[in-house]
Amino acid sequence: MIELSGVTKRYPGGHEALSDVNLTIGQGELVFLTGHSGAGKSTLLKLVAAIERPTTGNIIVNSQNVGRLKRAALPFFRRNIGLIFQDHKLLYDRSVFDNVLLPLHIQGFTGHDAAKRVRAALDKVSLLKKEKVRPITLSGGEQQRLCIARAIVSRPALVLADEPTANLDEAYARDIMDMFRAFNEVGVTLIISTHDQSLITRYGGRTVHLAYGKLVQ
Amino acid sequence: MKAWLVHHLHSLRIALRRFQSAPLASLFTVLVIGVAVALPAGLYMLLDNLDRAAGGITPQAEITVFLKREADADRGQALARELQARADVASARFVSKQEGIDKLVAAGLSDITAGLPDNPLPHAVVVTPRDTSPAALQALGEHLAQSEGAERVLMDTEWIKRLSALMDLGRDLVFMLSVLLGLALAAITANTIRLQIYAQRDEIEVARLIGATDRFVRRPFLYFGGIQGLAGGLTGGALVALGSRLLERSVEQVATAYGAEFVLSGIDLPTLLALLALSTALGWLGAYFSVGQALRQVEQG
Repeated sequence: MIELSGVTKRYPGGHEALSDVNLTIGQGELVFLTGHSGAGKSTLLKLVAAIERPTTGNIIVNSQNVGRLKRAALPFFRRNIGLIFQDHKLLYDRSVFDNVLLPLHIQGFTGHDAAKRVRAALDKVSLLKKEKVRPITLSGGEQQRLCIARAIVSRPALVLADEPTANLDEAYARDIMDMFRAFNEVGVTLIISTHDQSLITRYGGRTVHLAYGKLVQ
Repeated sequence: MKAWLVHHLHSLRIALRRFQSAPLASLFTVLVIGVAVALPAGLYMLLDNLDRAAGGITPQAEITVFLKREADADRGQALARELQARADVASARFVSKQEGIDKLVAAGLSDITAGLPDNPLPHAVVVTPRDTSPAALQALGEHLAQSEGAERVLMDTEWIKRLSALMDLGRDLVFMLSVLLGLALAAITANTIRLQIYAQRDEIEVARLIGATDRFVRRPFLYFGGIQGLAGGLTGGALVALGSRLLERSVEQVATAYGAEFVLSGIDLPTLLALLALSTALGWLGAYFSVGQALRQVEQG
């Protein structure tokens, strides 16, 4: 499903975030991406989601060469990916419900069907009772769950999560990991970046370790 | 089709909500656009009125054809009838020698006329042309000079030429002012949209990240720009209407002082509609450029 070959990402100024990374991730895999801060975890996720382009090398996602996607094709590519951000990137000027509705709205779903799917997604992350409140009133864990609901509402086959449990206490972190596992069990491919070793030992799954922009196996 | 409509309605709702969230700022922007619209529109209206006023005066432009001394009154009357039949002549009137002298006496020049042994004036035909454009007058003048018995054609067209040149200048001025203030309108809109984009940066970024097309992001801003332009156009139209109401009385007084009757007319409906369409389009255009630029910036991080 995802194939990186000889991928290097160099930022302006010369900093090399990733050096010659080769990695294949199959359909339905649950992959933990580990490494110290600045090891290149976020960069790798950004490259897979076509938020950034590789300096050299190829990234194939769903048999599309991500680095060569035209600007106009990007939106349609991203609709197949659920993105979960460490800083949530929620919109605070609208309700919880409307935050989750946004991806559907963008894809042209409206009306009852869309509302049903939004409620189903909110139900999965146990936020159904809070659909009318503003995200700012939610706790950190709830905001992260809201971000997850938004990522899965359009039922993507691939979910990328960048440090989803970084700012959460253990009980919340476990909640969220349980959710991820449930998604994985219904066939969703997941890549989760984390530096929480205990989480990985508890949940198992494939681990990809990055150090100074290089893959360590 | 339904989804498309829902999208547009949604964008429209977002745009209206943005007006609501900053009513005072929106009001001022609309006012500024209104003034920018009112200036050329008002000038256009004045020019239009002036054109009409000038049109009311020019039929009085007269061409006098002096006949040869040997031509008698019958010849003059015949010429007057002949000219009267022409399409480009509104009226042709025969003025006899005697009438000419009487006029001079009436004008208070009897001292001079009394000293004359004989009436030195020729018979004349006074022609009022129908078409007062310089070219038409020129053509008519040339024809008159060649008519039988005509000695000399006296035509005071200089002032018509001057007026016509002034009107042309006015029209050029309106055009220039329209272009400049149209640019200003687009720039004002682009600027307000830029500020909005700045406030909406998060939303644009998130929307892009979860698969929004440029069009989706752009649409509410375009609606906003268009509505703002439309509101500005309406304000401009209202300002011009108000201005013409205020001027109405003084114009009437001036007209009365000149012994004329003249009613100032406001902007007519087609012109107003064109004005609104133009200001809407310019607002839309300003928004389009502004959002386009912002989208490229977001993409570059």
